[in-house]
Amino acid sequence: MKKTLFDKVWDSHVVHKIENGPDVLFIDRHMVHEVTSPVAFLGLKSRGIPVMYPGRTFATADHNTPTINQHLPVKDPLSANQLKALEENSKAHGISYWGLGHEKNGIVHVVGPEYGITQPGATIVCGDSHTSTHGAFGAIAFGIGTSEVEMVLATQCIMQQKAKSMRINVNGKLSLGVTPKDVALYIISKLTTSGATGYFVEYAGDVFRNMTMEGRMTVCNLSIEMGARGGMIAPDEKTFEYIKGREFTPVGADWDKAMEYWKTLKTDEGASFDKEITFDAADIEPMITYGTNPGMGIGISNGIPKAESLEGGVATYKKSLHYMAFHEGDNMIGKPIDFVFLGSCTNGRIEDFRAFASIVKGRKKADNVTAWLVPGSHKVESAIKEEGILDILNAAGFELREPGCSACLAMNDDKVPAGKYAVSTSNRNFEGRQGPGSRTLLASPLVAAAAAVTGKVTDPRELMQEELV
Amino acid sequence: MAYDKFDILKTTAVPLPIENVDTDQIIPARFLKATERKGFGDNLFRDWRYNPDNSPKEDFVLNNPTFSGKILVGGKNFGSGSSREHAAWAVYDYGFRCVVSSFFADIFKNNCLNIGVLPVQVSAPFLEKIFEAIYADPKTELVVNLPEQTITLTTTGESESFDINHYKKDNMLNGFDDIDYLLNIKENIRAFAEDTPL
Ligand code: SF4
Repeated sequence: MKKTLFDKVWDSHVVHKIENGPDVLFIDRHMVHEVTSPVAFLGLKSRGIPVMYPGRTFATADHNTPTINQHLPVKDPLSANQLKALEENSKAHGISYWGLGHEKNGIVHVVGPEYGITQPGATIVCGDSHTSTHGAFGAIAFGIGTSEVEMVLATQCIMQQKAKSMRINVNGKLSLGVTPKDVALYIISKLTTSGATGYFVEYAGDVFRNMTMEGRMTVCNLSIEMGARGGMIAPDEKTFEYIKGREFTPVGADWDKAMEYWKTLKTDEGASFDKEITFDAADIEPMITYGTNPGMGIGISNGIPKAESLEGGVATYKKSLHYMAFHEGDNMIGKPIDFVFLGSCTNGRIEDFRAFASIVKGRKKADNVTAWLVPGSHKVESAIKEEGILDILNAAGFELREPGCSACLAMNDDKVPAGKYAVSTSNRNFEGRQGPGSRTLLASPLVAAAAAVTGKVTDPRELMQEELV
Repeated sequence: MAYDKFDILKTTAVPLPIENVDTDQIIPARFLKATERKGFGDNLFRDWRYNPDNSPKEDFVLNNPTFSGKILVGGKNFGSGSSREHAAWAVYDYGFRCVVSSFFADIFKNNCLNIGVLPVQVSAPFLEKIFEAIYADPKTELVVNLPEQTITLTTTGESESFDINHYKKDNMLNGFDDIDYLLNIKENIRAFAEDTPL
C-alpha cells in the first residue's frame, strides 16, 4: 500500500492498537520545561513509579525565565519555584537538565534541533503546542498536555488517535521580502485557525524544498495555529547536512544505518491524502495580523476586511477589532506601534536576526519603540555576536537580551502594557497573550525590523528597495 | 490523576456564545506558575471575568448569578491555541464537568478527556437552540447521557447524539486514565523500546 510520510513514521511507532480506541505510540524523544511538567512529576510520585527511560527525556528552562541578569537569582518567587522543581525533578530521575545559565539553555524547540535531538523519522513530544517545529526534519512532533507528559515519563508512550492527513503545496517563487513566516501566516489566513483541526499536515512543493531548515522550522512551528496536530516536511540533503555532526546525532555505522532509514522518509508517489490544498507563491506578500487570532492576517498593503466579507462570527469579529481598537477597512500601513519583539521558537533563530539586521543596518531605532530582541538560545546568541550582527544592532540603538520564551507568552517581566501595540515575530496574538490588555501584530522579522526603525507599521520592501537602488 | 466517574449529568448550563475561545483566555499564562494542580478555577477566564483591579466585570457571564450549572456551552472552535492542560483543569476546578460546542480544538479536547471533563460536540443548529433555550429561561436543564451518548434539552425534549471514542468513553465511565492502561502493557513497551535506538 502506498503510504504518506506521516503514515510511515506513525505506523513504525505503534506499539499496540486498541480496538475502537487510540493507538499506543512509542515516543523516541521527549522534551520538558518548567511550566507543564511539575504536576506530571507529582503524578509519578503519587503513583510511586519512576521515569521509564530517562535518557529519552531532555529538560530545559525557558518559559518563565528572565531575559536580563540571568546570572542573578530569579526574582519572581513562583517562577523560581517552578525552575527549582524542574531542576530537582530532573536530578531525581536522571534526566539531562539545561537550566538557566547552562551553555545549552534556550527555548525547547530551538535547542532540540541545535543539538541533534531532533531527527528525521522520530516521534517527539513536549508539553508545548509548538512542538510541531521539529516536524521540519520529517519527524512526527506534537504538543501534549500535562497528563500526557506524565504518561510519557511513566511509559515512554502516548495514546493517540491517528490524525487525518492533509498536504499543503506551495509552488512557484517567493517575491522580495516574503519570508517563511509570511508563507505560514498566509496559509493560516486562508485556512482559519480551525481549518486543519484533526489533521497532520505535510508541506510540499518547491517553496518548501527551496527553504532553509530554519525557514522550514518556522513553517512547521505555525502548523498548530491552523488547528493541525502538527506539520512535517520530508527530509532531504539539506536536512541531513544540517543534523550531521551535532551532539546527539548518530555517528559512524549508526549514521549510515540511520541514513538508510531517513532516505525512505517521503510520501510514496500516488499515496492519497484526506485533504490536499495548493497555493501559488506569487500570491503571497509580507503578512501582518490585525486581530486576536493568527488566522486574522492580511498582506501588509491591504485593508482590514469588512465583517460582512467574512464567514460567520460577526459578533466575535467585531469584539476582536474592538479589542485591537482597529476599524473595518483601516489600512495597516502607517499604524503607530509601541513595542517590537524579535524572538520565540517561531522566529528566534540566527536567520531571523540576520533578516532583522539587514533592515536596521545603518538606520536608527525609532524613539517611540521599545524593542526586545531575544535570541532563542545561547547558541543563537553566540552566533549573533560572532557574525557581527550585534554590532549592527547596537549601532542602530538596539540591545540584545538573554535567551528564553520572553514576550511570546509574557510569563516573565517582558510584558506589553495594556493598550499598547507590539509587532511580534512570535506565534500568537490572542487577547492578553503578551500581557494583560496587550495588542499584538504578528509578522516576520523583516516587518518587525521595518516597524522598529520607523515606529509604525511599514512595508519592509520599501526599505529593501532603497537598498537595491 | 483520578477523577470522578461520569455517567448521566442533568444540570443547568452557562452560555458563552463566543467563537475561537483560546486557552489563553480560559487561563492566562501568568497563572501557570503553580507546581501543584490546585486553585485554577479561581482564575478561569480571568481577564474576561475581572478588571485589572480584581473587581468583577459585571457583564461577564460567570459573574451573572442568573446562570449557573455544571455545563459550559461555548461557541465554535472552543479551546484553540496553547496546549496547556491548565485550561481543562480550570474548567474542571471551577465546577464544570462538561463543555458543549459545535467544534473543539484538538489538544483541548484531548486534555479534557484525560482529566474527566466531557467535551460534547453538537451540530451548529442544535448549539443555537441550546443558547436560545438558556437565554429564554436560565433554569433550562440539559441532560448529558454518556452511556447513551446523547444530549437533551429538557424544555423541548430535543436531543442529539454525540461521538466519543469507545475507549475514552470507557475511561470516563470508570474514572480511569491512560496511564493505568499503559502500565498494564509495560512489557510490550519494553520489547518495543529495545528495538528502537535512541
Ligand atoms: S517561544 Fe512561545 S511558543 Fe515557543 S516554546 Fe516558548 S512559549 Fe511556547
